[in-house]
Amino acid sequence: MSKVEAHIDLSAYLGGDRGPYTSWDPVNRPMIRHWCEAMGDDNPIYRDDAAAREAGFDGIVAPPTMLQAWTMRGIREQRPPGSDARDPFEVLTALENMGYKAVVAVNCEQEYLRYPGEGDRLYYRSTIESISEQKRTALGVGFFVTELSTYFNQRDEAVATMRFRVFKFAPHERPGAAPSGEGGPSRPAAVTRMRPVRNRDTAFFWEGVDAGELRIQRCQGCQTLRHPPAPACPECQSLDWDHIRASGRGVLYSFVTMHYPEIPPFDYPNLIALVELEEGTRLVSNLVGVSRRDVRIGMPVQLEFSEVEPGFRLHRFRVLGGD
Amino acid sequence: MSGVNLNALRVGDQLPELAIPVTARLIVGAAIASRDYQNVHHDKAGAQALGSPDIFMNILATNGLVGRYATDWGGPRARLNKVAIKLGAPNYPGDTMTFRGEVTAVDETSGRVTLEVKGKNSLGYHVTGSVELTLPGARA
Repeated sequence: MSKVEAHIDLSAYLGGDRGPYTSWDPVNRPMIRHWCEAMGDDNPIYRDDAAAREAGFDGIVAPPTMLQAWTMRGIREQRPPGSDARDPFEVLTALENMGYKAVVAVNCEQEYLRYPGEGDRLYYRSTIESISEQKRTALGVGFFVTELSTYFNQRDEAVATMRFRVFKFAPHERPGAAPSGEGGPSRPAAVTRMRPVRNRDTAFFWEGVDAGELRIQRCQGCQTLRHPPAPACPECQSLDWDHIRASGRGVLYSFVTMHYPEIPPFDYPNLIALVELEEGTRLVSNLVGVSRRDVRIGMPVQLEFSEVEPGFRLHRFRVLGGD
Repeated sequence: MSGVNLNALRVGDQLPELAIPVTARLIVGAAIASRDYQNVHHDKAGAQALGSPDIFMNILATNGLVGRYATDWGGPRARLNKVAIKLGAPNYPGDTMTFRGEVTAVDETSGRVTLEVKGKNSLGYHVTGSVELTLPGARA
Protein backbone atom coordinates (compact mmCIF):
# COMPACT_ATOMS: atom_id res chain seq x y z
CA MET A 1 0.00 0.00 0.00
CA SER A 2 1.26 3.44 -0.86
CA LYS A 3 2.41 5.71 1.95
CA VAL A 4 0.88 8.67 0.21
CA GLU A 5 -2.53 7.01 0.02
CA ALA A 6 -4.65 9.64 1.73
CA HIS A 7 -7.88 7.70 2.09
CA ILE A 8 -7.06 4.93 4.51
CA ASP A 9 -10.14 4.20 6.59
CA LEU A 10 -9.10 3.66 10.20
CA SER A 11 -12.48 4.26 11.80
CA ALA A 12 -12.79 0.59 12.81
CA TYR A 13 -10.02 1.19 15.34
CA LEU A 14 -11.80 4.08 17.08
CA GLY A 15 -13.44 3.83 20.48
CA GLY A 16 -13.80 0.53 22.24
CA ASP A 17 -13.05 -0.37 25.82
CA ARG A 18 -10.09 -2.67 26.21
CA GLY A 19 -8.53 -3.95 29.36
CA PRO A 20 -7.63 -4.67 31.96
CA TYR A 21 -3.93 -4.25 31.26
CA THR A 22 -2.22 -5.27 34.45
CA SER A 23 1.20 -4.62 35.96
CA TRP A 24 4.07 -7.06 36.39
CA ASP A 25 4.81 -5.83 39.88
CA PRO A 26 3.00 -4.04 42.65
CA VAL A 27 4.13 -0.48 43.31
CA ASN A 28 7.46 -1.02 44.99
CA ARG A 29 10.43 0.77 46.44
CA PRO A 30 13.18 -0.49 44.10
CA MET A 31 11.40 0.59 40.93
CA ILE A 32 10.54 3.93 42.51
CA ARG A 33 14.15 4.40 43.53
CA HIS A 34 15.45 3.57 40.05
CA TRP A 35 13.01 6.03 38.53
CA CYS A 36 13.91 8.82 40.97
CA GLU A 37 17.60 8.13 40.47
CA ALA A 38 17.27 8.42 36.68
CA MET A 39 15.16 11.58 36.89
CA GLY A 40 17.33 13.15 39.58
CA ASP A 41 14.22 13.48 41.73
CA ASP A 42 15.13 13.88 45.40
CA ASN A 43 11.62 14.38 46.72
CA PRO A 44 11.69 12.53 50.07
CA ILE A 45 8.05 11.38 49.87
CA TYR A 46 9.21 8.82 47.30
CA ARG A 47 11.80 7.21 49.60
CA ASP A 48 11.28 8.21 53.21
CA ASP A 49 8.19 6.98 55.07
CA ALA A 50 8.45 9.69 57.71
CA ALA A 51 8.62 12.46 55.10
CA ALA A 52 5.70 10.88 53.24
CA ARG A 53 3.64 10.76 56.44
CA GLU A 54 4.48 14.37 57.11
CA ALA A 55 3.09 15.14 53.66
CA GLY A 56 -0.14 13.34 54.50
CA PHE A 57 0.43 9.85 53.10
CA ASP A 58 0.49 6.51 54.92
CA GLY A 59 4.01 5.76 53.72
CA ILE A 60 6.13 6.32 50.64
CA VAL A 61 4.30 6.90 47.36
CA ALA A 62 5.31 6.53 43.74
CA PRO A 63 5.88 9.63 41.64
CA PRO A 64 2.55 10.07 39.90
CA THR A 65 4.37 10.79 36.63
CA MET A 66 5.72 7.23 36.81
CA LEU A 67 2.21 5.99 36.00
CA GLN A 68 2.90 4.15 32.75
CA ALA A 69 6.07 2.49 34.00
CA TRP A 70 3.99 0.12 36.14
CA THR A 71 2.13 -1.38 33.22
CA MET A 72 4.83 -1.35 30.54
CA ARG A 73 5.46 -4.68 28.87
CA GLY A 74 9.22 -4.53 29.36
CA ILE A 75 12.02 -6.13 27.45
CA ARG A 76 10.10 -9.25 26.42
CA GLU A 77 7.20 -7.18 25.16
CA GLN A 78 4.82 -9.37 27.08
CA ARG A 79 1.80 -8.23 28.97
CA PRO A 80 1.46 -9.33 32.57
CA PRO A 81 -0.94 -12.16 33.42
CA GLY A 82 -4.59 -11.21 33.53
CA SER A 83 -4.22 -8.66 30.74
CA ASP A 84 -6.60 -8.37 27.84
CA ALA A 85 -4.96 -10.28 24.97
CA ARG A 86 -5.94 -7.58 22.50
CA ASP A 87 -3.50 -4.80 21.72
CA PRO A 88 -4.90 -1.50 23.00
CA PHE A 89 -2.95 0.35 20.30
CA GLU A 90 -3.80 -2.13 17.53
CA VAL A 91 -4.11 0.72 15.06
CA LEU A 92 -0.36 1.29 15.33
CA THR A 93 0.36 -2.27 14.23
CA ALA A 94 -2.07 -1.84 11.36
CA LEU A 95 -0.29 1.35 10.31
CA GLU A 96 3.08 -0.33 10.68
CA ASN A 97 1.95 -3.00 8.24
CA MET A 98 0.96 -0.26 5.82
CA GLY A 99 4.53 1.08 5.84
CA TYR A 100 4.34 3.71 8.58
CA LYS A 101 7.29 2.28 10.48
CA ALA A 102 8.29 5.06 12.84
CA VAL A 103 6.51 6.38 15.90
CA VAL A 104 7.00 9.32 18.21
CA ALA A 105 5.00 10.34 21.23
CA VAL A 106 3.84 13.94 20.90
CA ASN A 107 1.45 14.64 23.78
CA CYS A 108 0.83 13.23 27.18
CA GLU A 109 -1.81 14.63 29.50
CA GLN A 110 -2.04 12.96 32.86
CA GLU A 111 -4.49 13.73 35.61
CA TYR A 112 -3.78 12.25 39.02
CA LEU A 113 -6.64 11.33 41.31
CA ARG A 114 -4.57 9.61 44.02
CA TYR A 115 -0.89 8.86 44.47
CA PRO A 116 -0.09 5.14 44.13
CA GLY A 117 1.32 3.78 47.35
CA GLU A 118 3.61 0.86 48.07
CA GLY A 119 1.88 -2.43 47.38
CA ASP A 120 -0.81 -1.03 45.07
CA ARG A 121 -1.50 -3.16 42.01
CA LEU A 122 -2.30 -0.96 39.08
CA TYR A 123 -4.12 -1.77 35.89
CA TYR A 124 -5.62 0.32 33.14
CA ARG A 125 -8.37 0.26 30.58
CA SER A 126 -7.96 1.85 27.18
CA THR A 127 -9.95 3.43 24.42
CA ILE A 128 -8.80 5.04 21.18
CA GLU A 129 -10.19 8.52 21.39
CA SER A 130 -9.17 9.90 18.02
CA ILE A 131 -7.24 9.15 14.83
CA SER A 132 -6.32 12.07 12.61
CA GLU A 133 -6.44 12.36 8.86
CA GLN A 134 -3.12 11.62 7.23
CA LYS A 135 -0.78 14.50 8.05
CA ARG A 136 2.53 15.63 6.68
CA THR A 137 4.92 16.97 9.31
CA ALA A 138 8.63 17.74 9.43
CA LEU A 139 9.20 14.10 10.40
CA GLY A 140 7.19 12.40 7.72
CA VAL A 141 3.71 11.42 6.61
CA GLY A 142 1.43 9.66 9.04
CA PHE A 143 -1.35 9.75 11.59
CA PHE A 144 -1.87 11.17 15.07
CA VAL A 145 -3.53 8.61 17.31
CA THR A 146 -4.84 9.46 20.80
CA GLU A 147 -5.37 6.79 23.42
CA LEU A 148 -7.30 7.53 26.60
CA SER A 149 -6.28 5.26 29.46
CA THR A 150 -7.79 5.11 32.91
CA TYR A 151 -5.64 3.63 35.65
CA PHE A 152 -7.10 1.85 38.65
CA ASN A 153 -5.72 0.23 41.79
CA GLN A 154 -6.57 -3.19 43.26
CA ARG A 155 -9.69 -1.70 44.88
CA ASP A 156 -10.84 -0.51 41.45
CA GLU A 157 -10.43 3.09 42.53
CA ALA A 158 -9.41 5.35 39.66
CA VAL A 159 -5.84 6.49 40.19
CA ALA A 160 -5.23 8.56 37.07
CA THR A 161 -6.28 9.22 33.53
CA MET A 162 -3.94 9.70 30.63
CA ARG A 163 -4.36 10.95 27.10
CA PHE A 164 -1.39 9.76 25.10
CA ARG A 165 -0.95 10.93 21.53
CA VAL A 166 1.55 9.46 19.12
CA PHE A 167 2.49 10.20 15.53
CA LYS A 168 2.85 6.99 13.55
CA PHE A 169 4.61 7.83 10.34
CA ALA A 170 6.74 7.00 7.35
CA PRO A 171 9.88 9.16 7.59
CA HIS A 172 10.65 11.47 4.71
CA GLU A 173 13.24 10.15 2.32
CA ARG A 174 16.56 11.87 2.91
CA PRO A 175 18.34 11.89 -0.43
CA GLY A 176 21.42 13.57 1.06
CA ALA A 177 22.01 10.97 3.75
CA ALA A 178 24.32 8.12 2.85
CA PRO A 179 22.78 4.79 3.84
CA SER A 180 26.14 3.25 4.74
CA GLY A 181 29.13 4.26 6.79
CA GLU A 182 28.98 6.22 9.98
CA GLY A 183 26.92 8.96 8.39
CA GLY A 184 23.30 8.13 9.02
CA PRO A 185 20.73 10.86 9.18
CA SER A 186 22.42 14.11 10.07
CA ARG A 187 21.80 15.84 13.33
CA PRO A 188 19.99 19.13 12.91
CA ALA A 189 22.13 22.15 13.64
CA ALA A 190 21.51 24.09 16.81
CA VAL A 191 19.25 27.06 16.23
CA THR A 192 21.21 30.22 16.82
CA ARG A 193 20.48 33.92 16.68
CA MET A 194 20.92 35.79 13.44
CA ARG A 195 24.17 37.72 13.35
CA PRO A 196 24.00 41.43 12.58
CA VAL A 197 24.96 42.63 9.13
CA ARG A 198 28.23 44.52 9.26
CA ASN A 199 28.74 46.88 6.37
CA ARG A 200 30.57 50.17 5.84
CA ASP A 201 27.76 52.07 7.57
CA THR A 202 27.30 49.77 10.57
CA ALA A 203 30.73 48.20 11.21
CA PHE A 204 31.72 50.94 13.69
CA PHE A 205 28.64 50.16 15.78
CA TRP A 206 29.27 46.41 16.01
CA GLU A 207 32.98 46.90 16.54
CA GLY A 208 31.96 49.07 19.48
CA VAL A 209 29.81 46.25 20.84
CA ASP A 210 32.77 43.89 20.43
CA ALA A 211 34.88 46.35 22.42
CA GLY A 212 32.22 46.73 25.12
CA GLU A 213 31.02 50.19 24.20
CA LEU A 214 27.90 51.64 22.67
CA ARG A 215 28.68 54.03 19.84
CA ILE A 216 26.52 56.76 18.37
CA GLN A 217 27.18 58.09 14.89
CA ARG A 218 27.92 61.84 14.74
CA CYS A 219 27.78 64.14 11.72
CA GLN A 220 31.06 65.96 11.26
CA GLY A 221 29.26 68.74 9.42
CA CYS A 222 26.67 69.78 12.03
CA GLN A 223 27.55 67.51 15.01
CA THR A 224 24.05 65.98 15.03
CA LEU A 225 23.92 62.48 16.52
CA ARG A 226 21.98 59.82 14.67
CA HIS A 227 20.88 56.22 15.04
CA PRO A 228 20.43 53.84 13.29
CA PRO A 229 23.60 54.35 11.27
CA ALA A 230 23.20 55.88 7.82
CA PRO A 231 25.63 57.21 5.23
CA ALA A 232 24.31 60.78 5.17
CA CYS A 233 23.21 63.28 7.82
CA PRO A 234 19.44 63.84 7.66
CA GLU A 235 19.99 67.42 8.91
CA CYS A 236 22.76 68.76 6.68
CA GLN A 237 23.30 65.92 4.17
CA SER A 238 26.96 65.72 5.00
CA LEU A 239 28.59 62.39 4.20
CA ASP A 240 31.31 62.94 6.80
CA TRP A 241 30.84 61.29 10.15
CA ASP A 242 32.56 59.88 13.17
CA HIS A 243 31.14 58.54 16.41
CA ILE A 244 30.99 59.15 20.14
CA ARG A 245 30.76 56.69 22.98
CA ALA A 246 27.41 56.68 24.74
CA SER A 247 27.33 56.94 28.54
CA GLY A 248 25.00 53.94 28.66
CA ARG A 249 22.33 55.74 30.63
CA GLY A 250 18.87 56.21 29.24
CA VAL A 251 15.18 55.84 29.81
CA LEU A 252 12.64 53.42 28.45
CA TYR A 253 10.90 55.27 25.63
CA SER A 254 8.64 52.41 24.55
CA PHE A 255 8.54 48.61 24.57
CA VAL A 256 6.80 45.55 23.23
CA THR A 257 6.57 42.10 24.77
CA MET A 258 7.02 39.34 22.22
CA HIS A 259 4.90 36.32 23.15
CA TYR A 260 4.26 34.56 19.88
CA PRO A 261 5.55 33.05 17.72
CA GLU A 262 8.37 31.77 19.89
CA ILE A 263 11.58 31.67 17.87
CA PRO A 264 13.91 29.07 19.41
CA PRO A 265 17.04 31.11 20.19
CA PHE A 266 15.15 33.70 22.23
CA ASP A 267 13.63 33.45 25.69
CA TYR A 268 10.00 34.32 26.16
CA PRO A 269 8.26 36.52 27.02
CA ASN A 270 10.82 38.60 25.15
CA LEU A 271 10.95 42.21 26.30
CA ILE A 272 12.02 44.47 23.46
CA ALA A 273 12.80 48.02 24.44
CA LEU A 274 13.13 51.28 22.60
CA VAL A 275 15.61 53.14 24.78
CA GLU A 276 16.18 56.86 24.64
CA LEU A 277 19.81 57.47 25.49
CA GLU A 278 20.74 60.53 27.50
CA GLU A 279 22.59 61.75 24.38
CA GLY A 280 19.19 61.92 22.67
CA THR A 281 19.21 59.07 20.14
CA ARG A 282 17.03 55.99 20.52
CA LEU A 283 17.81 52.38 19.86
CA VAL A 284 16.10 49.01 20.00
CA SER A 285 17.47 46.47 22.43
CA ASN A 286 16.45 43.88 25.00
CA LEU A 287 15.32 44.77 28.49
CA VAL A 288 16.28 42.74 31.56
CA GLY A 289 15.96 43.00 35.30
CA VAL A 290 12.23 43.58 35.30
CA SER A 291 9.12 41.42 35.08
CA ARG A 292 6.90 42.19 32.13
CA ARG A 293 4.08 43.31 34.39
CA ASP A 294 6.29 45.88 36.08
CA VAL A 295 7.65 47.54 32.95
CA ARG A 296 6.78 51.25 32.76
CA ILE A 297 7.66 53.80 30.13
CA GLY A 298 10.14 56.29 31.50
CA MET A 299 11.99 53.79 33.69
CA PRO A 300 15.71 54.57 33.97
CA VAL A 301 17.83 51.93 32.27
CA GLN A 302 21.52 51.16 32.13
CA LEU A 303 23.51 49.62 29.31
CA GLU A 304 25.21 46.28 29.81
CA PHE A 305 26.71 43.62 27.58
CA SER A 306 25.92 39.97 27.66
CA GLU A 307 27.21 36.91 25.86
CA VAL A 308 23.93 35.66 24.39
CA GLU A 309 25.61 32.70 22.74
CA PRO A 310 29.17 31.46 23.04
CA GLY A 311 31.32 34.03 21.27
CA PHE A 312 28.42 36.37 20.48
CA ARG A 313 28.07 39.44 22.64
CA LEU A 314 25.23 41.93 22.47
CA HIS A 315 24.24 45.10 24.24
CA ARG A 316 21.09 45.19 26.33
CA PHE A 317 19.56 47.38 29.00
CA ARG A 318 18.85 46.69 32.62
CA VAL A 319 16.18 48.50 34.57
CA LEU A 320 17.80 50.40 37.42
CA GLY A 321 16.50 49.48 40.82
CA GLY A 322 15.09 46.22 39.43
CA ASP A 323 16.20 42.67 40.24
CA MET B 1 13.17 21.25 49.09
CA SER B 2 11.13 23.16 51.63
CA GLY B 3 8.72 24.44 49.03
CA VAL B 4 7.05 27.73 48.29
CA ASN B 5 4.62 29.80 50.30
CA LEU B 6 1.23 29.66 48.65
CA ASN B 7 0.09 32.96 50.07
CA ALA B 8 3.10 34.85 48.75
CA LEU B 9 2.69 33.50 45.22
CA ARG B 10 1.64 35.75 42.39
CA VAL B 11 0.68 35.00 38.83
CA GLY B 12 3.77 35.69 36.78
CA ASP B 13 6.24 34.47 39.39
CA GLN B 14 9.11 32.63 37.76
CA LEU B 15 10.45 29.28 38.87
CA PRO B 16 14.21 28.96 39.15
CA GLU B 17 15.77 27.58 35.99
CA LEU B 18 16.89 23.97 35.95
CA ALA B 19 19.47 22.83 33.41
CA ILE B 20 19.43 19.12 32.62
CA PRO B 21 22.50 17.79 30.78
CA VAL B 22 21.05 15.39 28.21
CA THR B 23 23.47 12.49 28.16
CA ALA B 24 23.13 9.05 26.59
CA ARG B 25 23.34 7.82 30.18
CA LEU B 26 20.27 9.84 31.17
CA ILE B 27 18.32 8.88 28.04
CA VAL B 28 19.01 5.17 28.41
CA GLY B 29 18.75 5.19 32.20
CA ALA B 30 15.41 6.97 32.18
CA ALA B 31 14.04 4.76 29.36
CA ILE B 32 14.89 1.66 31.37
CA ALA B 33 13.60 3.12 34.64
CA SER B 34 10.31 3.65 32.78
CA ARG B 35 10.55 0.15 31.23
CA ASP B 36 10.50 1.59 27.72
CA TYR B 37 12.66 -0.65 25.52
CA GLN B 38 11.88 0.95 22.17
CA ASN B 39 15.17 0.90 20.32
CA VAL B 40 15.13 4.62 19.50
CA HIS B 41 15.88 5.24 23.18
CA HIS B 42 19.00 3.06 23.45
CA ASP B 43 20.19 1.89 20.02
CA LYS B 44 21.75 4.56 17.82
CA ALA B 45 21.86 2.42 14.68
CA GLY B 46 18.25 1.40 15.22
CA ALA B 47 17.25 5.02 15.71
CA GLN B 48 19.08 5.99 12.53
CA ALA B 49 17.35 3.26 10.54
CA LEU B 50 14.10 4.98 11.53
CA GLY B 51 15.30 8.36 10.33
CA SER B 52 16.57 9.84 13.59
CA PRO B 53 20.17 11.07 13.81
CA ASP B 54 20.67 9.61 17.27
CA ILE B 55 18.84 8.07 20.20
CA PHE B 56 16.45 10.48 21.91
CA MET B 57 14.71 10.85 25.25
CA ASN B 58 11.39 9.04 25.71
CA ILE B 59 8.26 10.91 26.66
CA LEU B 60 7.95 9.14 30.01
CA ALA B 61 11.31 10.57 30.99
CA THR B 62 10.29 14.03 29.87
CA ASN B 63 7.11 13.65 31.88
CA GLY B 64 9.07 12.56 34.93
CA LEU B 65 11.48 15.47 34.59
CA VAL B 66 8.63 17.97 34.27
CA GLY B 67 7.04 16.51 37.41
CA ARG B 68 10.36 16.72 39.21
CA TYR B 69 10.85 20.33 38.14
CA ALA B 70 7.43 21.24 39.55
CA THR B 71 7.89 19.44 42.86
CA ASP B 72 11.52 20.55 43.30
CA TRP B 73 9.93 23.98 43.39
CA GLY B 74 6.72 23.13 45.25
CA GLY B 75 8.36 20.98 47.91
CA PRO B 76 7.47 17.58 49.39
CA ARG B 77 4.04 18.72 50.51
CA ALA B 78 3.03 19.78 47.01
CA ARG B 79 0.69 17.34 45.23
CA LEU B 80 0.72 16.92 41.49
CA ASN B 81 -2.79 17.02 40.02
CA LYS B 82 -2.06 17.26 36.32
CA VAL B 83 0.87 17.17 33.98
CA ALA B 84 0.08 17.95 30.35
CA ILE B 85 3.01 18.06 27.98
CA LYS B 86 3.63 18.46 24.30
CA LEU B 87 6.90 17.36 22.76
CA GLY B 88 8.79 19.33 20.14
CA ALA B 89 12.50 19.18 19.35
CA PRO B 90 13.99 15.85 20.45
CA ASN B 91 16.47 15.61 23.31
CA TYR B 92 19.56 14.08 21.73
CA PRO B 93 22.71 13.15 23.68
CA GLY B 94 25.13 16.01 24.18
CA ASP B 95 22.50 18.71 24.43
CA THR B 96 21.30 20.57 27.50
CA MET B 97 17.66 21.12 28.28
CA THR B 98 16.84 24.13 30.42
CA PHE B 99 13.52 24.25 32.22
CA ARG B 100 11.79 27.52 32.86
CA GLY B 101 8.44 27.89 34.52
CA GLU B 102 5.94 30.55 35.39
CA VAL B 103 2.96 30.65 37.70
CA THR B 104 -0.14 31.15 35.55
CA ALA B 105 -2.90 30.68 38.13
CA VAL B 106 -3.17 30.70 41.92
CA ASP B 107 -6.26 29.74 43.91
CA GLU B 108 -5.53 30.46 47.55
CA THR B 109 -8.76 28.83 48.67
CA SER B 110 -8.03 25.41 47.24
CA GLY B 111 -4.26 25.75 47.10
CA ARG B 112 -4.31 24.90 43.42
CA VAL B 113 -1.52 26.46 41.41
CA THR B 114 -0.96 26.16 37.68
CA LEU B 115 2.45 26.44 36.10
CA GLU B 116 3.47 26.86 32.53
CA VAL B 117 6.63 24.85 31.99
CA LYS B 118 8.98 24.90 29.04
CA GLY B 119 12.11 22.86 28.47
CA LYS B 120 14.37 24.19 25.79
CA ASN B 121 17.39 22.64 24.13
CA SER B 122 19.68 23.86 21.35
CA LEU B 123 17.09 22.96 18.72
CA GLY B 124 14.19 24.77 20.34
CA TYR B 125 11.48 23.67 22.74
CA HIS B 126 11.74 20.03 23.64
CA VAL B 127 8.67 20.27 25.83
CA THR B 128 5.98 22.79 26.55
CA GLY B 129 3.17 22.18 28.92
CA SER B 130 1.34 22.90 32.08
CA VAL B 131 1.38 21.44 35.55
CA GLU B 132 -1.28 21.80 38.19
CA LEU B 133 -0.37 21.16 41.77
CA THR B 134 -1.93 21.70 45.14
CA LEU B 135 0.26 23.48 47.65
CA PRO B 136 -0.17 23.39 51.41
CA GLY B 137 -1.37 26.47 53.22
CA ALA B 138 -4.78 26.90 51.57
CA ARG B 139 -7.05 29.30 53.42
CA ALA B 140 -10.08 27.03 53.13
